[in-house]
Amino acid sequence: MFVVIVGAGRVGASLARSMLAEGHEVSCLDEDPESHARLEIGLDRSWEDMGGRFTVGTALEIEALTAAGVERADVFVASTDGDNTNIIIAQLAKRRFDVPTVITRVLDPYRAQWYADQGMHTICPTRVAIDMLETEVRAAASRTRGSAGRSGGVDHEDADL
Amino acid sequence: MAEKIYIIIVGAGKVGWNLARELLEKGNEVTLIENDRERYLTVEQELEHNIQYGDASELWVLERAGISRAGMVIAVTGDDEDNMLICQVAKEKYLVERIIARVNNPRNREHFDLLGIRPSVSATDLILRLIEHEVPEYGLVHLLDLPEQHLEIIELLLPADSRAAGQRVSDLQMPDGSLLISVLRDNTGFVPDADTVLKPGDEILAVLDPRVEEDLTAYFGPDRTASE
Repeated sequence: MFVVIVGAGRVGASLARSMLAEGHEVSCLDEDPESHARLEIGLDRSWEDMGGRFTVGTALEIEALTAAGVERADVFVASTDGDNTNIIIAQLAKRRFDVPTVITRVLDPYRAQWYADQGMHTICPTRVAIDMLETEVRAAASRTRGSAGRSGGVDHEDADL
Repeated sequence: MAEKIYIIIVGAGKVGWNLARELLEKGNEVTLIENDRERYLTVEQELEHNIQYGDASELWVLERAGISRAGMVIAVTGDDEDNMLICQVAKEKYLVERIIARVNNPRNREHFDLLGIRPSVSATDLILRLIEHEVPEYGLVHLLDLPEQHLEIIELLLPADSRAAGQRVSDLQMPDGSLLISVLRDNTGFVPDADTVLKPGDEILAVLDPRVEEDLTAYFGPDRTASE
């Protein structure tokens, strides 16, 4: 399978390494040439020697997307640090290049939800974090409920005295 | 503007600020949204409650500005992705009737088109258009473009060796889907009739389907068959 990843930050680079290690063909596009180094974290050979591809360019440039191989991508991942950029390039990948699977990282839960409702495959790390935190706090609440908590059932004004 | 509508403008740069000021002076209700704190404070001294601070690609910021009752959203930030996203949600989520988007990089215009964001305005294209107008030899000038209606009005300079020069209007064989509407000669314009004879140096205005533009410019252009 051929995976094109736009935005080789922490998330994109980790995903790229995993997919390459699992035997997939991986091509990364990033506007920052320095992000190439992030792809090689923990590797004993260069990214290219491992079979990976890396293109420097802006995601909105058709030439850059084409150079990265979007036209024959099976999976396209939009994981730049900009929600709006990700949302726009995901639509380019889908509508213009007919990529079968397009996955978009959107940090803002509201935007992620609305575009998901429109049929976009969005991943919202913030939503995941909120859900996990809610679960943890609820679990703590249910543990404290039995013992009435640290305030010992006294209301706050009294406890402050 | 006879009809007063509620207009949201995103981006308080030079374009957004001046637009807001002009539209307010015309009596419209306007809210400008700016996400740079310093810029916001500067513009706020003049526009007061007509500017709000926030990132308009955060949907709650648009909602706080009252987007659901806006008749028009204008996105003029310096970032094309932001302008596209804001116009897309304005149109498709909040059903705003009219949107206008600024294109910063003219190469991104095709993306605005792909996402159905029209009209989009690019300063670079506007200036190129003016250059065409000021330097007619540069080629043809687009006076009006209505791409969705498949109509445009163009201005063309007849070169000395145009095959149409010296011909009567009734003898012209313009492509189907095009019509000669006026002639500019010696600094005056007139509507030609069947007996008008075209001269080299005439500027002609034609209304046409953009798809026959090439045929039309070739028809009025230099007569290549004669010179060979």
